[in-house]
Amino acid sequence: MLSPLMAITVQDIGITVSLVFILLGLAWLAWRSFSGKEVDRRIIFLFIFFSVAMPVIFKISFKFKATPIVNALYEKIESLPNNSTVLISYDFDPAMAPEVQPMADALSRHCLSRDIKIVYMCLFPTGQGQLEQTFSTVVRNEFPEKQDGIDFVNLGYKAGGEGVLNVIVTDFEKMFPTDVNSVPYSEIPIFDNIKSCKNLDLIISIGGGRPGIKEWVLFVGDPGNIPMAAGVAAVVAPQLYPYYPNQILGLLGGVKGAAEYENRLRDSDPKFADMPTPATTMMGPQTLAHIVVMSFIIIGNILFFRNRKRGEIS
Amino acid sequence: MKKTSMVVFATIASLFLLSWIVKGMFSEGSSPYLDGFLVTLAAFLTLAIMSFLYKDNPYYKFAEHLFVGVSAAYAMCLGFWSTIVGNLIPRLSSTVSDFFQVNYIEGDYNIFFVIPIIFGILLLMRLSPKAGWLSRWPLAFIVGTTAGLNFVRYLRSDFINQINSTIIPLLIDWNGFGDFFSNMNFSATGQLVMMFSNLVIFVGVVCGIIYFYFSKEHTGWFGRASKVGIWILMITFGASFGYTVMGRISLLVGRITFLFKDWLEIIS
Amino acid sequence: MKRLVPLIITFVVGTVLILSVFIPPMEGLGENFTLFFDIIAVFAFFLGGGNLVRVHFQKMSRKSDDWEFSIVTLVGFFVMLAAGLFKIGNPGDIASSVTADGSLFQAIYRSVFVPLSSTMYALLAFFVASASYRAFRAKNREATLLLVAAFIILLGSTPFGTMLTSWVPESWSIFQIPNLAVWLMSSPNLAGQRAIIIGIGLGVVSISLRLILGLERTYLGDDNA
Repeated sequence: MLSPLMAITVQDIGITVSLVFILLGLAWLAWRSFSGKEVDRRIIFLFIFFSVAMPVIFKISFKFKATPIVNALYEKIESLPNNSTVLISYDFDPAMAPEVQPMADALSRHCLSRDIKIVYMCLFPTGQGQLEQTFSTVVRNEFPEKQDGIDFVNLGYKAGGEGVLNVIVTDFEKMFPTDVNSVPYSEIPIFDNIKSCKNLDLIISIGGGRPGIKEWVLFVGDPGNIPMAAGVAAVVAPQLYPYYPNQILGLLGGVKGAAEYENRLRDSDPKFADMPTPATTMMGPQTLAHIVVMSFIIIGNILFFRNRKRGEIS
Repeated sequence: MKKTSMVVFATIASLFLLSWIVKGMFSEGSSPYLDGFLVTLAAFLTLAIMSFLYKDNPYYKFAEHLFVGVSAAYAMCLGFWSTIVGNLIPRLSSTVSDFFQVNYIEGDYNIFFVIPIIFGILLLMRLSPKAGWLSRWPLAFIVGTTAGLNFVRYLRSDFINQINSTIIPLLIDWNGFGDFFSNMNFSATGQLVMMFSNLVIFVGVVCGIIYFYFSKEHTGWFGRASKVGIWILMITFGASFGYTVMGRISLLVGRITFLFKDWLEIIS
Repeated sequence: MKRLVPLIITFVVGTVLILSVFIPPMEGLGENFTLFFDIIAVFAFFLGGGNLVRVHFQKMSRKSDDWEFSIVTLVGFFVMLAAGLFKIGNPGDIASSVTADGSLFQAIYRSVFVPLSSTMYALLAFFVASASYRAFRAKNREATLLLVAAFIILLGSTPFGTMLTSWVPESWSIFQIPNLAVWLMSSPNLAGQRAIIIGIGLGVVSISLRLILGLERTYLGDDNA
């Protein structure tokens, strides 16, 4: 008799409690609105805060199937032979980090596990700070056997955005005479056969602002005919679709794109079964917040049409 | 300072002091009290910014002003170490290069690297009320570089390549009408949907451009095409709005996760 | 002098950079000009910092509104600057990365810069949600299209979208909300964004040409030379 109840998980309880809270809140909001009473904006803010906080506390998460545009990047990395070289550029600041840091970490994990060499660089000054996070959580923590300069290299930040790209498309050493720790270019084994971006097998820009993937496409991808891909904050993702698939071969858009990539990676190989999946974890609160926003739109519009019918709004 | 403000300040100070002590006591690591302080400081600043949602207040102003100062210095330091020490000094002086432990780069034209220094100093003249006009020279260099770089790249990637990508087949896997009607379905990866997608892309781009073309009055067939352009653009803006909502919520989830995970340690 | 020299500089630099694309021997010159540009960009950071210090000292000396908070800005600025320039607490020597783990610079970045920057943007979630309730109305056909598209995208990115239309058969799968969201992004959205990109692209090309030829001079200011 009790077996069905025993199967109930903390996540199920969490979803139920969160949904009940959200439904009660929305019902109250609808009741206040339809009875013509003002709702203080701070109450709405508080409601949004708890709608996001509850699924965070209950660790609600959902699995997502990779969409073609995400899968294309995964397949590209899978198709690269061992010892290929991929450049990952950290073109973001902490404000975009919750969305794009999980992508950067998952991509690093995927490349390193396949013995693909990674050249890290940044077009945002803050990218260098964020890069340290990937180094401490993924590179040094999960791949202690990988050696700096041989399996990966950190070139760090250079000022100038498009100016940096215009140089490295033809000459890497001119822009980066040393890596971030002042090791000369000629003494870094990873660059033995790399003179410019044209010698790279894939370039991935992780970002969401300017300079970002658009500049990479304009200044490096198109002139050098180099395969490009991107992981970007949701705000700019729609603007990049015109470049797919001719100018960028794959795109991870927002935390959903990151979650899709994490799931694709985890499902592909048992060795990734226990990998951290921060983006997937974020999709629970994200989902419930979407429901709240959509409900707000519905309530607001019902109110609008009712008032228009009554002639209160012309 | 009013009495209420004093009480609020004292309460907040005690709470965060308590947080520091508790986190210091239970933190694992070589310097638990320092780690505890840093996490508590980050939590205080997070909540200080969030307090703006209630109303503008001194805690928010404190955090906002701190942000401005720290971010300006951050960019300056990164710019100095990465580009000045990384690219300029190794081309100018072997002695200074040795001091910074970077390799001197031999070159016949290194002397020309005084040009960006001169322009850089002229740019700083903007701070002077009398010699401010001199900053126009480096500004002209920046404008010239940007214009020269953008001219060809935008023409190639955002004009020619975009038009190239729009000239796409409107009939896909076409084996005649008989085959088309007998296999017709509305599968997301089916022939009909693929053909319709390409048609929408082609017509949408043409009509969208027509909407942006203001040299001809939007009447007749031109006006109708422009109307279709507006609809396509509205769908585009709707998609952007949806993604914007998604993005902003992600950032909030990130901050709330920090508060509950790293600071309060309610979740693991 | 005040106008002619900048116009000549813009013309020469712009022309060299365009020609360097078409004439390979000029590639090196083009690279050097962009390298100069990158170095000048750092001086622009210095200018920003210098201006910040000037403005806040002025605020303090004039005792303007909220001048006390200018002290916070300046203390934050100078502490971060000292931590970065002198690499305080950096585990390596002068050659090591300024952002190395364990340095004061990286500690301030993680504990001050990151929370401030990300929370500042996270606030927008509240305002976007609140605006959805108060302002997002289907007032006419165009607004309805926008609203429906946004709705499909929001619903399509949640498992509820999948649940709602899971009964739709495979032969009609385009009407399943997640598929519809993908189609919306890769078809009408792509078309609209491409029209915008082509428009902006043409605008950038024409303004670049006007700048190089000296026809566009607004960046020089409006005083007489």
